[in-house]
Amino acid sequence: MNVADKKRLLREMLFARRFEERCYEAYVERKIGGFLHLYSGEEACAHGVLDAAKPGHDYVITSYRDHIHAIKCGADPRKVMAELYAKETGSSRGRGGSMHIFDVGHRFMGGYALVGGPFPLAAGIAKAIKMKGGDEICICFLGDAANNQGTFHESLNMARLWELPVLYVCENNLYGIGTRIDRSTAVIDQYKRVSGYNIPSAQEDGQDIEKVFKAAKKAVNHVRSGKGPYFLELMTYRYRGHSMSDSNAYRSKGEERMWSNRDPIIMLRDRLIEAGHISKADYKAMDNEILDEIEDDIIAFAESSPQPRVDELEKYTLAENDPWVYGGGR
Amino acid sequence: MAEIMYWEAIRRAHDEEMANDPLVICMGEDIAVAGGTYKATQGLYDKYGAERVIDTPISENGYTGLGIGASFLGVRPIIEIMSVNFAWLAMDQLFNSAAKVRYMSGGQLTAPVVVRSPGGTAHQLGAQHSARMEKIFMGIAGLRVVTPSSPKQAYGLLKSAVRCNDPVFINEHELMYNMKGEVADEEFFHPLEGSEITREGRDVTLFGYNISVHWCMQAADILANQFAIDAEVVDLYALAPLDRAGIAASVRKTHRAVIVEEAEPAVGVGAEVMAIINEECFFELDAAPQRVSAVHVPIPYNHALEKAAIPNANDVVMAVRKMLGK
Ligand SMILES: Cc1ncc(C[n+]2csc(CCOP(=O)(O)OP(=O)(O)O)c2C)c(N)n1
Ligand SMILES: [Mg+2]
Repeated sequence: MNVADKKRLLREMLFARRFEERCYEAYVERKIGGFLHLYSGEEACAHGVLDAAKPGHDYVITSYRDHIHAIKCGADPRKVMAELYAKETGSSRGRGGSMHIFDVGHRFMGGYALVGGPFPLAAGIAKAIKMKGGDEICICFLGDAANNQGTFHESLNMARLWELPVLYVCENNLYGIGTRIDRSTAVIDQYKRVSGYNIPSAQEDGQDIEKVFKAAKKAVNHVRSGKGPYFLELMTYRYRGHSMSDSNAYRSKGEERMWSNRDPIIMLRDRLIEAGHISKADYKAMDNEILDEIEDDIIAFAESSPQPRVDELEKYTLAENDPWVYGGGR
Repeated sequence: MAEIMYWEAIRRAHDEEMANDPLVICMGEDIAVAGGTYKATQGLYDKYGAERVIDTPISENGYTGLGIGASFLGVRPIIEIMSVNFAWLAMDQLFNSAAKVRYMSGGQLTAPVVVRSPGGTAHQLGAQHSARMEKIFMGIAGLRVVTPSSPKQAYGLLKSAVRCNDPVFINEHELMYNMKGEVADEEFFHPLEGSEITREGRDVTLFGYNISVHWCMQAADILANQFAIDAEVVDLYALAPLDRAGIAASVRKTHRAVIVEEAEPAVGVGAEVMAIINEECFFELDAAPQRVSAVHVPIPYNHALEKAAIPNANDVVMAVRKMLGK
C-alpha cells in the first residue's frame, strides 16, 4: 500500500464515518425511517478488503449494515442517501430502504435483512461466475452471529465441494444485537469453525487497515486463482447500537473506550501525520470538505428528490410484459 | 403427437431447455447420477455433465439459495425439491430472497429460478410425506405458482417457466408422474397465467387444479350420465396469479361453482376462488359456492383413514347434486 493509497483510504473511511453519522442525525430528525444499522467503527473492514479486490468488477453481497459496502463498490452516495430518505431517486427507488441497498451496475448485489441469508446467494453468484468463466470473485460480508445459521454450514459445504470462487468475510464485532459472542457461540474464534469444511481461513485485526489489506490480498488471490473458497475473520467493533432502536446498555464504558482507542481512522491518520505525509491542518481541511459535500451535495439531493408515485406501488413485483408468461406468443 | 408420461414430458422440457441455453442448469437431491426420484432428469447428467446437472447435498435452503444467487447473473436453474414437505426448509430463500429481490432492489435484480416439487397425498406415506402446500406458495407476492394436470402442461409450463424472468414454483404430484397424455412433437410453450376450460357445460362449474382436475372430469361424466347435469370443468393450472377473468366468465355462464382441492380447506385455493367469485360476479350466482376439500388433519398412515381424509370424484358428485337438489 503506497502513500497515495493510504491518503485515499483515509479520506474514504472518514467519508464513510461522516456519512453514517449524518444518517444518525437524519434518523433522529425522522427523515429516515425503518431500521438503520450504522457501520461506524468497522470502516477498515470493508475498505481494506475491497481495496484488495476489484470493486465494481468483483461481486459483493452483505447484510443490512450495507451503506458503506455499496458506496465502496461505486454506488453514488447521493442515491444511497436518497434511498434512506425513501425517494424515487434512491438506489432501490425508495422500495428497499437502509437494509436493501442495491447497485447492480457496480456489482453490489444487495443488502439482505435475514441473518445468514446471503451465504448461499454468494455461493450461487460464485457458481455463475465459474460457469461463465470470468475472473471475478464474489465477496460476502456478514457478521459473527450469522455464523450460527444453518445457511453458514450449508454454504461452506457446497462452496468447498464445488470449489466456488467466493470469499466469506466475517466482520466479528463481538455482538449479535445485545448478545455477546461467548453467550451465543460455542467456538469463539470464527475462523476455526470453517476448518471442518477444509476451507483455508485467517483471523486479522479489523481496525488496522494495512493489516486488513494484507490479509485480504492473500485471501483474494487465493480465491481468484481458482483454489476455491476462503474465510477471513476480522476483529472489529461497532460504536453505535445495533440499530437505532438499541439502547446499547449491554456494553461497558470500559470496553467501548478500549475499542475507541483503536479507531481505524485515527490510527491511519496518526500514522500518516507521524510519517509527515499529511498535517493536522490537512486532515481538518479534508474533514470540512467531506462535511460540506455531504450537506451541500448528498443531503440536498435526497431532500429535493421526489417521492415514489403511489400509482406505481405494484411496479417491480413481477416482470413487466414478459412474453413467456403468455406462452411466448404475445 | 405422441402419448408420453408426465415424467417424460418434464424430462423432455429439461432436455430442450438445456440444449437451447448453456446457462440452464438443474440441481437437486439425487437428480444427476441417479437420474431423479421421479426420473425427471434421467440421462441429463451424461449428456450435459456435472457442472450443469448437479447432485446437491441435503440442504434445501442452501441449494435453493445458491440457485437464486446464480440466477442473479443470468443462470437459469431448475431446482428439484424431492417433495414439497422438504420445501418448507427452503422457504426462507424462496420467499425472502427470490420473491422479494426484484421489488426491494427497485427492479435492478431478478431471480429467474424454477423450483419444481411434487406435493399431494400418495399411498400411505404418512403425515410428513403427504403435504399439499400450494396454498402457502400462492400467497407470496413476487412468486408465480403453476401446477400441471397433464403431461402437456407439465412440458409446456416448465418450458415457459425456465424462460420467464420471474421465480416460478411448479407444484407437481407424486401420483401423476406415470400418467399418460398427448404432447405435441413440436416445441411449444404453455402460458403461465390463465385457466383452461377442460369440458364445456351449462349447469355448474367445477374448478380444479392438478390432480383434482381429474376428479372433476370423472364427476362431470357421472353427473352427465346419471343425473343429466351438464358440468363445466375449469383447470386452474395457474394458482398465482389466479385467472380472475376466467373464473368469473365461467360463473357468469353456469351461475354455480364448486371448487375441488386436495388440500385442507383453510386459507386455500377454494377460499380464494370463492372470494374472487364474490368480488367479481356475486349477483350472477344461483347458489352459494361450495368447496370440496381434504379433512383438516395431518395425513394418517392407515389406508382407510387416508382415503377418508382426501376428497374424490364421488364427493364432487355429491356436492353438485346437493347444490342442484338432484
Ligand atoms: C433470520 C433472522 N433472525 C433474526 C434477525 C434479527 N437480527 C437482526 S441483526 C441480528 C444480529 C446479527 O448479528 P451479526 O450477524 O453479528 O451482525 P452485526 O449486526 O453484528 O453486524 C439479529 C438477531 C434477523 N434479521 N433475521
Ligand atoms: Mg456481530
